[in-house]
Amino acid sequence: MHLLRTLLILGLVTSAACAGTGPSPSGAPAEPVETTSPADGQEPDLGRLEALYQARADSARAQYHPADVDFMTGMIAHHAQAILMSLWAPDRAGSDAIRTLAARITNAQKDEIALMQRWLRQRDQPAPEVSPEGRVSGHGAHMHMTGMLTDEQLARLEASTGVTFDSLYLASMIPHHEGAVTMVHDLFATDGAAQGDLVFKLASDIQVDQSSEIARMGRMLDAMRAGSPR
Amino acid sequence: MRPTSRPSPSARRLGTGALALAGALAVAGCAASSSMGGVDLPSVAPSTDGPAPLRIDAPSPDPREGLGAGLFDAEEAAWNVRVVSRTPPEEPFVGQTNSDLAFKDHYVFQGNYDGVQIWDITDPTTPRSVVTYVCPASQSDVSVYGDLLFVSGEGLSGRLDCGAEGVDQQISDERLRGIRIFDISDIDSPEYVANVQTCRGSHTHTVLKDPNDDENVYIYVSGSAPVRPSEELPGCVGALPSDDPNSALFRIEVIRVPLANPEAAEIVSSPRIFDDLVAPPEHGPAPADLEAVERAREEGAFVLEIGGDPTVLPDRYVEPLLQQFVERRGGTGAPTAQDSAALRSYLPQLAEQMGGGPTADMGPTQCHDITVYPDVGLAGGACEGYGLLLDISDPVNPRRLDAVSDSNFSYWHSATFDNAGTKVLFSDEWGGGGGPKCRESDPMEWGADAIFTIEDGDRMEFQSYFKIPAAQTPQENCVAHNGSLIPIPGRDIMVQSWYQGGLSIFDWTDPANPVEIAFHDRGPVNAEQMESGGAWSAYWYDGYIYSSEIARGLDVIELLPSEALSENEIEAARSVQLDLLNSQGQPRFEWPHTFALARAYVDQLERSRTASQAWVDGVRSTLDEAEAMSGGARRDLVQTLAMQVEAQADAAGDPAKMRLLADALAGLAAM
Repeated sequence: MHLLRTLLILGLVTSAACAGTGPSPSGAPAEPVETTSPADGQEPDLGRLEALYQARADSARAQYHPADVDFMTGMIAHHAQAILMSLWAPDRAGSDAIRTLAARITNAQKDEIALMQRWLRQRDQPAPEVSPEGRVSGHGAHMHMTGMLTDEQLARLEASTGVTFDSLYLASMIPHHEGAVTMVHDLFATDGAAQGDLVFKLASDIQVDQSSEIARMGRMLDAMRAGSPR
Repeated sequence: MRPTSRPSPSARRLGTGALALAGALAVAGCAASSSMGGVDLPSVAPSTDGPAPLRIDAPSPDPREGLGAGLFDAEEAAWNVRVVSRTPPEEPFVGQTNSDLAFKDHYVFQGNYDGVQIWDITDPTTPRSVVTYVCPASQSDVSVYGDLLFVSGEGLSGRLDCGAEGVDQQISDERLRGIRIFDISDIDSPEYVANVQTCRGSHTHTVLKDPNDDENVYIYVSGSAPVRPSEELPGCVGALPSDDPNSALFRIEVIRVPLANPEAAEIVSSPRIFDDLVAPPEHGPAPADLEAVERAREEGAFVLEIGGDPTVLPDRYVEPLLQQFVERRGGTGAPTAQDSAALRSYLPQLAEQMGGGPTADMGPTQCHDITVYPDVGLAGGACEGYGLLLDISDPVNPRRLDAVSDSNFSYWHSATFDNAGTKVLFSDEWGGGGGPKCRESDPMEWGADAIFTIEDGDRMEFQSYFKIPAAQTPQENCVAHNGSLIPIPGRDIMVQSWYQGGLSIFDWTDPANPVEIAFHDRGPVNAEQMESGGAWSAYWYDGYIYSSEIARGLDVIELLPSEALSENEIEAARSVQLDLLNSQGQPRFEWPHTFALARAYVDQLERSRTASQAWVDGVRSTLDEAEAMSGGARRDLVQTLAMQVEAQADAAGDPAKMRLLADALAGLAAM
């Protein structure tokens, strides 16, 4: 049965085969395309494709909007503060749930900072430096983005422990995350911004990740206020 | 009583039902061993108690660790699989992200952020490009049905005219965010026939073919990006539903596509499947709760008044707080009455802190992806912080049956059911797929799969996590991603992509103990820095695994036999031929009745040691004998064997597997 089916398919294919590039719908300024297909009996020239890959990567890097740069720069400072706050959790938190949440935030935002720094550097833009403790130096060191804590609020969190830390951490991190979501909305509301796939993806990911986390933190805070152990 | 050596013609026609009856009759007369009509099987009873858990010796050290980097020349590691072909992208798509896959006949449709690539896979060793259709939009999630191809557009730069120049206005009538529909009746020349714009664009989508409706298909649209301005798409509202009931948040979109007239495709409903998916509404404590608090207060507990309601301060907070007061007065050792008094006077202040600040009274606003399993009427929705189980028997009005959340899960990404529809596996795309979440230091419960059993058809119960056990470098984006079942009969085995963690094949038949049985991996795209790459999707289709490699094109991979998977099991899997596969629209696998199918079950009985070795050998030699025969002689022998297996089923360690074998044999005899 299998063999018969394969033979049938082969028969169909011989008559239908026709390699080429599909037409774009009318009016589409599709880029001119030169196609080489393995069907020609030629192995694809991988060296040439790799050169093309590099050339496209370079040209993609040249296309960005000033709002993209501001977003990346500001978000690094914003993320750094979340790390600063979260690294206090292992010593100060009163519950494992908060320690776990903080560890996840640290992990996620460190990776995103590395990605944003790389994005900026590849475009010859100054990238804020972030110490392992979450302190920002260099360009962007004094940026205060929406949702970020004031120095006084930070000091209060740093001085707290146990249940006070847990509730303060949640009560601060929720608006902090909301600030990041606002930054994404502002970016998307800017003409010509977030056209590049990397910026769009990063911004969308930050939006969905932090929105989910806001909801989770809200539930944790509610549970804590209700006094029910998690 | 023993059955006659030749079953009557009517029993033969009646198939398994009659066989079951015959089996039941036979049981009375048969002990564990029996003989009938030239088949003399030894006792099936295993020498050990209970089935042996699946075991396989994984290579050590794990060859996935330390692979050399490269775009097209990275080092590779393969265990129990063989790469049949590696096909780089066609030139227009080099350097642009390859995304999801869909299958029809002998074609693979591969999404790309710049369009759709159609491959002819008649010869899997040499996929041949049919069309490289340039039409940019992320993520270009693809599905096919009949003569229609559906493609998701979510990014801000997608254009109605498929142009590559992007859209430089925040509000524009040139932008496409939603579903593009192509007519592929002439596969060489897809025709862009329609689109349906949606408020949040389409990150992914799911095609649902209702078994009771042959005129239409339905598309569930999941869009996770922010809501478009209403000036761009009228009716789109980004406000919360509490502020505006028309909010595009907290809902999915259902598009109905008339198959004969796809131009008339439109949104027919926007079900709010997340309604009430939050902590239960606040209400004051019940009288019993208040009594309990008062009792606790009398016994010396610390009681806070939060929002006017008394609450007992949990013990785990009391100790550290008391210790703080000890330290504050410069003391050491255990807290004294003085510290208790200090804590008591601090309670109002603590209550204020705990009561202050905003709460986020919100569930998910969207799903990332929904997998429908029309044959069982269920869907698995992976929706931000939740996994949902949906009843889709009315496709326009999916209804939530259950919701689970998990503090180890960051972002619920996608769902896969087992073939029976009694288990569901959710993946957690922690970090969005761009992050390296498989490093040595990343917990095995984060960015993993979570496996649930479905109890009573409407309730999910957590069983275990699965994550690839090989540490990846910081240069490799890696997290759980798309996969599909492999139709190994009698077992739940799936292949799953892990971006630059490669692809992994694992057995989750025992939902509490998933076991990896094969893998393929490449080194990073770039050794110096993270560059996006790896397997976006890995799906089994008609005998092979197809993997959409983000940077490297299309990989075709075949399974190799191992101690955890026999040649017969692979052959049985290959016998399942589909003519259509959208992995988010899960088909129910049915196995043709073949000798391979019967032998696969025998191999499983042997591997799990639920049948005696002598019995396994006996059945195998009978099967060999039967296969060498033809016509009526073969039929009679197979049928007799079927009856005997049925008769011995309860004496084996796995009666259910015995009955599967008996059914397979009966079906084989009837062919």
